[in-house]
Amino acid sequence: MSIFYPVKLLADWLTYSVFIITPKTLLADAVNFFIYDTIKIFILLGVIIFAVSIIRSYLPPEKIRAVLSHKNRYTGNVVASLFGIVTPFCSCSAIPLFLGFIQAGVPLGTTFSFLVASPMINEVALILLFGMFGWKIALMYITSGLIISILSGIIIGKMKVESLVEPFVYQNTVNRNVDLPSMSRKERITYALDYTKDILKKVWPYILIGIGIGAWIHGYVPADFLAQYAGSGKWYAVPLAVLIGIPLYSNAAGIIPLVSVLTEKGVSMGTTLAFMMSVTALSLPEFMILKKVMKIKLIFIFAGIVAVGIIFTGYLFNLVI
Amino acid sequence: MKIQVLGSGCKTCKKLYEITQKAVAELGLSENVEYITDIQKIVAMGLMQSPVLVVDGKPILIGFTSDIEKIKKLIKGN
Repeated sequence: MSIFYPVKLLADWLTYSVFIITPKTLLADAVNFFIYDTIKIFILLGVIIFAVSIIRSYLPPEKIRAVLSHKNRYTGNVVASLFGIVTPFCSCSAIPLFLGFIQAGVPLGTTFSFLVASPMINEVALILLFGMFGWKIALMYITSGLIISILSGIIIGKMKVESLVEPFVYQNTVNRNVDLPSMSRKERITYALDYTKDILKKVWPYILIGIGIGAWIHGYVPADFLAQYAGSGKWYAVPLAVLIGIPLYSNAAGIIPLVSVLTEKGVSMGTTLAFMMSVTALSLPEFMILKKVMKIKLIFIFAGIVAVGIIFTGYLFNLVI
Repeated sequence: MKIQVLGSGCKTCKKLYEITQKAVAELGLSENVEYITDIQKIVAMGLMQSPVLVVDGKPILIGFTSDIEKIKKLIKGN
């Protein structure tokens, strides 16, 4: 029995007894699906964002940097990508992170591994993937996300593109040992609660809209309807999905419930994963902000390498699933 | 006492600046709160998060909070 069985009962009760919708109709399906998914996703989000925030309160970027500046090249890329999972990414922290890493002596390639992993592998995306597709797909997403961020960092490191970073970045060096104000257990819990509330407040409308449209498609669009346009046999589906994903960053939370339904209607899994990765990892606002610290050419190299990695992953999963 | 809010110029940084101004006023202090958007200053302190509340050159709050009581307590404690 699934741990969400009580939620299922609640959704059934609301659909059939409270809203009095005739069972087995399209409307009943859509409403039931909407209620069940919404409650399930919000329970998962609340619990897991809270847990990750507690972990995060022990791992601020300043501590991560202290670890990274002692690592050699390849281990540095791996560790940076792993740390990226628990570090939240917002476009306002991109520049301080970049400057702080580089000026404390963290190699450029390691810094890029972190910059790729941090937005791509985040707990909100993972919870939604787990909630809509199950743990296997969520695990595949983490694994391939990690591989992409590790390899992108290694490749950028090997390319010796330091000259494409704005010169002022290298003119300053900073102390990497900093005393942070210490936190009591109570402060960590308050921090985690605040953070959880903050994220939920930001994402709930997108998730509701996403699940809402998803529920409608679930009920009304015939199964496999989309297979003819975006099934695994269509070679252009993966690159097209990646392209569409680039401008959609701020809506990542609403997109996953939506794509889970698209998959049900025939979009292949590899294409869906590639789309998700593009939404999270390739973000137009982030590129604009990075222009302050690097030449456009480097942004293109960075985006290009990550995009190739994502497209490759998409084709690979289309072949094996 | 020198009170500064350092940020990258994003929305949350401005919000912290406004809350800090309010906190200072409520504490009855006459100090001006300075708002600095030079990211290099944050990085030079060894920090990588934004915004930061700094009193007399010492970071006392890293990251955003909307809790004005907490900000008042931090300013009073320094």
